[in-house]
Amino acid sequence: MIYLQLFLEFFKIGLFCFGGAFGMIPLIEETVITHGWLTEAEFFNLLGVCESTPGPIAVNTATYVGSVMGGPLGSIVATLGVVLPSFLIILLIASVMKNLTDNKYFKGFMRGVKPVVVALILSTGSMLLLKAMGFARLHDVRVDAVSVVILVLLLAIYFGITRFWKKKLSAVKVVLLSAALGILVSMVFEAVGA
Amino acid sequence: MLAELFLTFAKIGLFTFGGGYAMIAQIKEVVVEQKKWLDDEELMQIITVAESTPGPIAINMATYVGYKKKGIAGSAMATLGVVVPSLVILFTISLFLDAFLQNKYVAYAFTGIKCGVAFLILRAGLGLFQKIEKRAIPRITFGIVFVLMILFDLFAISFSSVWFILMGGVLGIALYAVFSPKKEGKE
Repeated sequence: MIYLQLFLEFFKIGLFCFGGAFGMIPLIEETVITHGWLTEAEFFNLLGVCESTPGPIAVNTATYVGSVMGGPLGSIVATLGVVLPSFLIILLIASVMKNLTDNKYFKGFMRGVKPVVVALILSTGSMLLLKAMGFARLHDVRVDAVSVVILVLLLAIYFGITRFWKKKLSAVKVVLLSAALGILVSMVFEAVGA
Repeated sequence: MLAELFLTFAKIGLFTFGGGYAMIAQIKEVVVEQKKWLDDEELMQIITVAESTPGPIAINMATYVGYKKKGIAGSAMATLGVVVPSLVILFTISLFLDAFLQNKYVAYAFTGIKCGVAFLILRAGLGLFQKIEKRAIPRITFGIVFVLMILFDLFAISFSSVWFILMGGVLGIALYAVFSPKKEGKE
C-alpha cells in the first residue's frame, strides 16, 4: 500500500527533522534510496528543483516524491505526513504544554541532538559532493571530469563574489550559477570531444 | 479572518525561496510589521519554539500564529496556506521534469546543479558547525557520528540516522540529569 507507506515515511521524516531545512536532507536521502523510490541521480535533480522553487524544502520534496510514487493522491498524502508532526507538536505547545520548551529533559534532548544533526548534514553533504564527482563506492570510482571542472569554477566564482565583492549569494543564485556552469562546461567538453 | 490567515501565509509560502530562515524575515515583515498580529517579543518567542521543535520552521511558525489568532481552525488554515503553493508548484514540476530532462541543455544544467546542491548542503552544515557548543561532549558526539555516517555510506551498511538522533537525545537527557544540579547556577 504505497499511500500508507508514503504517509508513514514522511511522517517519520517530519518528526525527526531537527535543525531547519537542511536537517532533513540526510533522512530524505536515506528513505527514498532504501525504498528504491528514486535513484541517486533523481535525488540530485529533486534537490536542485527544491532549492530553486519557493516554499519549505520539506514540503517540496514530499510533494515531489509523493507524486512520482503515487500521483496526485500520493503527493497530498506525503505532504500531509511531513507536515502533521510539526503541526501537532506546535498545537500541543500553544494550547496545553506552554512550558514544554523550558522542560529540562526536553532541553537536554535538544542539546544532545544538535551535534548529531550537524554531523548528519556535513557527512551527507560530503558524500553527495563525492558522488557528484563520480566516487560512487570505494570500488567504483569513475572521476567525472566535467563535474570536477564545474565544482572548481563554482568555488572560484563563489569565493570571488563573497570575499572580494562582499556580496551574499542565496541558495537560488547558487543553483542558477551552477546550472549556467553546467551548460557551459558540458558544451566545451562536447566541442573538444572529450 | 480564516481566509486572511490562509492568504497571508500562502503569499509567504509563494514568495520565499530557500526555506527556513529566509521565511522568518518574510514572516516578520508581514505578520509583525504589516498585519500587527504579533509584536516583536511574541515573534521571538515563536522563533525559539519553532527552532527547538522538529519540523520545518515555516510550518511551525504558521501553526503557532494561526493558533494564536483563531484557535485550531486558524492554525490549520495558516499551515495549509504555507503548504498549498509548494504542493501545486512541485506537483506540476514532477509531471514534466523527466520530459524536460530529455533536452540536452537541461541535462547539462542539472549536471551543474548537482555540484551546486552538494555545495549548498555543505555550506549550511559548516554554518551550523560553528554553532556547536565548544565543549568536549558535543564535539566528540559530532566526530563519532560524522565518521560513522561516512563509513556506513562507503561500505553500504544500512543504518537509519534516526537512531543517531535518538541516541544523541538520550545522551543529552542523561547528561542533563547527571550534571544539571551542579551547573544550575551558571546557566
